[in-house]
Amino acid sequence: MKTGDALPRWAPPVAAMALVLLIDTVLFPSFFQIRLVDGRPTGSLVDVLIRGMPVALLALGMAGVIATRGIDLSVGAVMAIAGAVAANALAGGAPWTTAVLCALAAGLACGLWNGMLVAFLKLQPIVATLVLMVAGRGIAQLVTGGQITTFDDASFAALAGGTIFAIPAPILIVAVAALLLTLLVRFTALGLMVEAIGVNPRAAELVGINTRSIILAVYALSGVTAALAGIIATADIRGADANNAGLWLELDAILVVVLGGGSLLGGRLSYGLTLVGAITLQAIKTGILLAGLPPQMGLILMAVMVSVLLVVQAPALQQRLHRRTLRKAAS
Amino acid sequence: MSDASPLLEARGITKTYPGTVALDGVGFEVRAGEVHALMGENGAGKSTLIKILTGAERRNSGAILIDGELAEPDTTQRAQRAGIWAVHQEVMVLPNLSVAENVMLGYQPRRFGLVNRRETRRLANEALAELGLSLDADRELGSYPVAIRQLVAIARAVRANARVLVLDEPTASLDAPEVERLFEVVRALASRGTGIVFITHFLDQVYAISDRITVLRNGRVVGSSATSALPQVELIHMMIGKGLEQAIASQGPARAQQGAVAAKFVGLGKKGMVEPFDLTLHAGEAVGAAGLLGSGRTETATLMFGAERADGGSVEVAGKQRRLRSPRDAIRAGLAFSPEDRKADGIFSDLSIRDNIVIVLQAKRGWARKLSRLKQQQLADGYIARLNVKTSDAKKPIGQLSGGNQQKALLARWLASDPKVLILDEPTRGIDVGAHADIVQLIEELRDAGLALYVISSEFEELVAYSDRVSVMRDRRQVALLERDELSVDRIVAVIAARADEA
Repeated sequence: MKTGDALPRWAPPVAAMALVLLIDTVLFPSFFQIRLVDGRPTGSLVDVLIRGMPVALLALGMAGVIATRGIDLSVGAVMAIAGAVAANALAGGAPWTTAVLCALAAGLACGLWNGMLVAFLKLQPIVATLVLMVAGRGIAQLVTGGQITTFDDASFAALAGGTIFAIPAPILIVAVAALLLTLLVRFTALGLMVEAIGVNPRAAELVGINTRSIILAVYALSGVTAALAGIIATADIRGADANNAGLWLELDAILVVVLGGGSLLGGRLSYGLTLVGAITLQAIKTGILLAGLPPQMGLILMAVMVSVLLVVQAPALQQRLHRRTLRKAAS
Repeated sequence: MSDASPLLEARGITKTYPGTVALDGVGFEVRAGEVHALMGENGAGKSTLIKILTGAERRNSGAILIDGELAEPDTTQRAQRAGIWAVHQEVMVLPNLSVAENVMLGYQPRRFGLVNRRETRRLANEALAELGLSLDADRELGSYPVAIRQLVAIARAVRANARVLVLDEPTASLDAPEVERLFEVVRALASRGTGIVFITHFLDQVYAISDRITVLRNGRVVGSSATSALPQVELIHMMIGKGLEQAIASQGPARAQQGAVAAKFVGLGKKGMVEPFDLTLHAGEAVGAAGLLGSGRTETATLMFGAERADGGSVEVAGKQRRLRSPRDAIRAGLAFSPEDRKADGIFSDLSIRDNIVIVLQAKRGWARKLSRLKQQQLADGYIARLNVKTSDAKKPIGQLSGGNQQKALLARWLASDPKVLILDEPTRGIDVGAHADIVQLIEELRDAGLALYVISSEFEELVAYSDRVSVMRDRRQVALLERDELSVDRIVAVIAARADEA
């Protein structure tokens, strides 16, 4: 039936990542070189990984939402809120652990709000999360009082700049988050249920899946991962910028999920492949910089990629292709 | 009126889709001033024929004549210009525009290149008055009920000089006074010489309004006759395709008496869906549900399963009172429901056969208590073998299976949840002969194994063969509950055909 049936699901995203990394190596032969400087690994690859981590976190949450046929446009704004909350707590003299917990709680609350609108009030996800996407920045500005709140807390800043066993902290955070999420969905039936809801929401209801709770949960998770991303971004610049933190990153996160083989039509959930998508996207961006192209080109290229990927996924196109193959088979 | 030349005539219309012949040499004509009912069960070809006549689809062969001359209504616009209009089930109006704008849509009078509002209103009021409607032409159409919207859609067609008006299930969501009002308008239009094509599943309405009836079945015309010359029983036989003489006597000796009450539904009903009904299902008993399309059988099943919330009534399963607010509640109570539309409501097409089979049991256990991989594989392999599902592997996406094998996998899903009551909606529709026989046999086995079954089927012979009793539905009401000793296809058809007031 489908031409893609012969290929395993992980093949196209992994191939895309390999291709992009290969191009980067050709453009920049020392791409894979990693040197330890003062116990910190440095090099292009490390840079690619670290820069891509906030988006990777957003994408981990987004992957669950998209697998239920939803979308979460508010993740960038939630990043800003969480960052503002953390910075505010630190500026008020709270220890770094309290700041982290407050930020995570703020992210959870945002996620539950989105989930409630989608699962219980049955708003369309794009509209429901648009509310917080717009209002969220306002909330973040309220928290910071309209200023860039700065703080001086070495422990908190280490969440972005520190290393453990020579592994940069952001990479470790993302790896642990992805691992925990994978364990959560594969060692419980959550993964199956999320995919079932994405593939056929009506049938999911009829087989007795508690669709409302599960949809609520994926949006709540997305809020939490967005808060984690906000924490890292805030730790990175040692301050909270309510206007710019996470700006437009929701779009990057959606693109990452799609690059990782997710479908906006729902029904496919893989956190591992989402990470593959995150590396692919970041490697494209880095490659453009290394090649000496101006950063604007990156935006244009990204736009082109989103278009191409969405067009290829479009049911209308697939039907047309399918019909054409049928016609060819018939003639 | 019989000697009038037809307004619209279709000759030898054939339409094929990949793999199916939707229409096979269909002839159909509409005369001026007649109300012509187009009848047929699901998939008979009614909507395809209408789409071809109104320019929404193209035919593969055949000819369309308007006023005796060859015509080519190959787009909706061209059909409308030729005077052929359709008012569909989901009324095509713009609820956010005013009544007047809807009536005049596409024909607004203009002045200096702009829409002349005053003139629009005047002409709209004129058109509405012709149909005996007095509405506030400036009000937003969305603020009126569906029945009025429908009449406005008709007014629009009349205003645009429609000569043939196709009404596709116009009464599906109307109550009795609204239907009467629509009929008054239809009669008025017919008396002015408009040809009306009327599609409905309500037999009483067909007899109340139509002059002629044409019946389609499997893409062919079975017959066409004056309404007064076609008794209801004969009409039903034409629709379902069984001759009176073909009736089968109830088979086999009566089985051992039924078991305890498995489920008891009292006064279950929902306004606009199904009138309240009582039904008791016993362990080891199959109750069939017969009726024509749209008679309310599926709606009954969805109420029993909690997929729609009933307005009132009580449900008792295995001796315990239950409130069924959702399918989850029903499944926990021990009910199972395999819906008619496998693709839309049943399968998870991208997921594996194994996932599709374990999912009900898994949902029943909750997300935290995942079935082990081994247990899942055993369940899937066990049911694939037991129900003879033809597949190389349980890991294949279920969407790749044939209809019959999908149906078996769906039954497996419910059997795995160990239900007390199994509700099946058209379990044998659209599947190949071999799978059909397998499923009928399975129904009998499950019944004999002590399950209570409620089986909806349009194949009355099949129902008679395995049912202990048959609930006959008509016009969204359970009109009879036939006991085993009086079961026959004839009897079922007779009950469906009996006028509602005699039943």
